[in-house]
Amino acid sequence: MISSLRLRAAIVSVALLAGFLLLWHLGTQGTAPTANLDPEYARLMGATAVEGKSAFPGPAEVLGKFWWHLSHAFYDNGPNDKGLGIQLIFSLARVLGGFGLAVAVALPLGFLIGMSPLMHRALDPFFQVLKPISPLAWMPLALYTIKDSATSAIFVIFICSLWPMLLNTAFGVAAVRKEWLNVARTLEVGPFRKAFRVILPAAAPTILTGMRISIGIAWLVIVAAEMLVGGTGIGYFVWNEWNNLSITNVINAILVIGLVGMVLDLILARLVKLVTYPE
Amino acid sequence: MTGHPFISIEDLAKVYGDTPVFEHLHFAIDKGEFVCLIGHSGCGKTTILNALAGLEEASEGAILMGGREISGPSLDRAVIFQSHALMPWMTVLDNVGFAVKSRWPDWSGAKRRAHALKFIDLVGLAGAADKKPAQLSGGMRQRVGIARALSIEPKMLLMDEPFSALDALTRGTLQDEVLRICHETEQTVFMITHDVDEAILLADKIILMTNGPHAVIAEIVVNTMPRNRSRTDLHRHPHYYRIRNHLIEFLVDRSKQFDRANADFDPRHPRLTTPGLDGPESDVTASSPLRNNHGAA
Ligand SMILES: Nc1ncnc2c1ncn2[C@@H]1O[C@H](COP(=O)(O)OP(=O)(O)OP(=O)(O)O)[C@@H](O)[C@H]1O
Ligand SMILES: [Mg+2]
Repeated sequence: MISSLRLRAAIVSVALLAGFLLLWHLGTQGTAPTANLDPEYARLMGATAVEGKSAFPGPAEVLGKFWWHLSHAFYDNGPNDKGLGIQLIFSLARVLGGFGLAVAVALPLGFLIGMSPLMHRALDPFFQVLKPISPLAWMPLALYTIKDSATSAIFVIFICSLWPMLLNTAFGVAAVRKEWLNVARTLEVGPFRKAFRVILPAAAPTILTGMRISIGIAWLVIVAAEMLVGGTGIGYFVWNEWNNLSITNVINAILVIGLVGMVLDLILARLVKLVTYPE
Repeated sequence: MTGHPFISIEDLAKVYGDTPVFEHLHFAIDKGEFVCLIGHSGCGKTTILNALAGLEEASEGAILMGGREISGPSLDRAVIFQSHALMPWMTVLDNVGFAVKSRWPDWSGAKRRAHALKFIDLVGLAGAADKKPAQLSGGMRQRVGIARALSIEPKMLLMDEPFSALDALTRGTLQDEVLRICHETEQTVFMITHDVDEAILLADKIILMTNGPHAVIAEIVVNTMPRNRSRTDLHRHPHYYRIRNHLIEFLVDRSKQFDRANADFDPRHPRLTTPGLDGPESDVTASSPLRNNHGAA
């Protein structure tokens, strides 16, 4: 039953995709060429008017370009003309850098807050104020203090991935079952062994779920951040292609952003599953 | 060390808010003795056990072990928790091995493993060492908890209703095993139970607590049945029904309306009774070693 449900779902997915591509194709077919046009005006209007061609690329065009991007992912012709692969690597490096920094801060701090009700109460008002701030609002401040656009983008990623991880870590650590802690106490387990052998594995599913949320937000934010700071990265690529009026490339980049985000989420989901224990 | 009972509880009380849950508790446990505590829900049994384990502090009084006051948990006193409290992310072997490593941190991995396996074998789980707790039945999990507690070779075993979550059949088998292991190793045990038969089977002494709040020890019943008793022939012994009736009568009637103003009641020297010998009238307080202990303290 389950496999047949899966099969039927896959068939519906493919059918929906096919329908969407067909509509897209028909929608971008355009009208017949306009006859008797003043040649001066026709030149101004370009292909849209002369050949009746739509300005919005059709699926065949986009997929053809996508194939081209796949086979030319890593070319580098100077600052404004790099392969999608290179841009992705820039973006991923920033995301992983900021995310890694956030892990380094959120884990110890989350442990502290989770274990100490005093620190939890003392720091809570700060979190309440800092959490709702859009990470991009920090950008000017980061640019001003750090004076380096690439590092500022990493900082913005750090800020936006910090909160979910921090709060989940604190919550996971605080929610570790009292009986496990009591076992550790009656066995006179030292603080480090208790942290690594009892609290960390007990809270790991919650902590990693926080990381999964964080990496999702980080991937959302990096595109916007790179549009602001410019230079490199997939976000800058989108902005640059918009300025070049290459809608085909913009659509390609959107597709790639979605696929990479999905892969990142799948990796974290797999990790969460790995540390989840059945009770 | 001589002159001190193994464990001695002196004037213990626990207060939540204004009302004491229990107060003026005095009793002693000798080395190798199996003591059960019976009382209605809420009279503070778990609180007493936690105080003995060092997990919780009493509001008043002290617990002495070998003449020294207990402060905080110790590897000398192993706890078997009611809800087994196994770490679900560790295998059976790792759960027991974790305790063994806590006790002997300098042992080699192979030695720890061998020691842990010995105790897993002792509770009859040799084939399940590499399973996770989630893959085990309730009875098997409780066995792992017992193996973990025994593996650190504690001076004393504390059990909080260890079998209450199990079905009758499994409970019976585990009671037999615990009885055998504790007698073999001359383990000192303090156990909480709701089950009168369990107490008669396992305990040398049964402490009866009145209802809370203001719970006190009403009396201590000495189990006069031979120590080599077993679950199957328990009920054939003439003492059995006398002790059983005495305990049930206490739980049904006297635990509610215990008269503390009674001139006989002295919380420092709870009455020792031997209902098994001759019905409820026999009273051996005068000749009790327990009394002497308290007299000396
Ligand atoms: N943290 C607490 N704050 C206030 N009251 C508490 C607290 N912990 C326990 N109590 C009270 O102390 C009393 C004794 O609790 P305890 O768990 O020791 O009872 P018990 O005899 O073990 O009961 P049971 O047989 O149901 O396990 C209960 O009435 C309970 O309400
Ligand atoms: Mg209890």
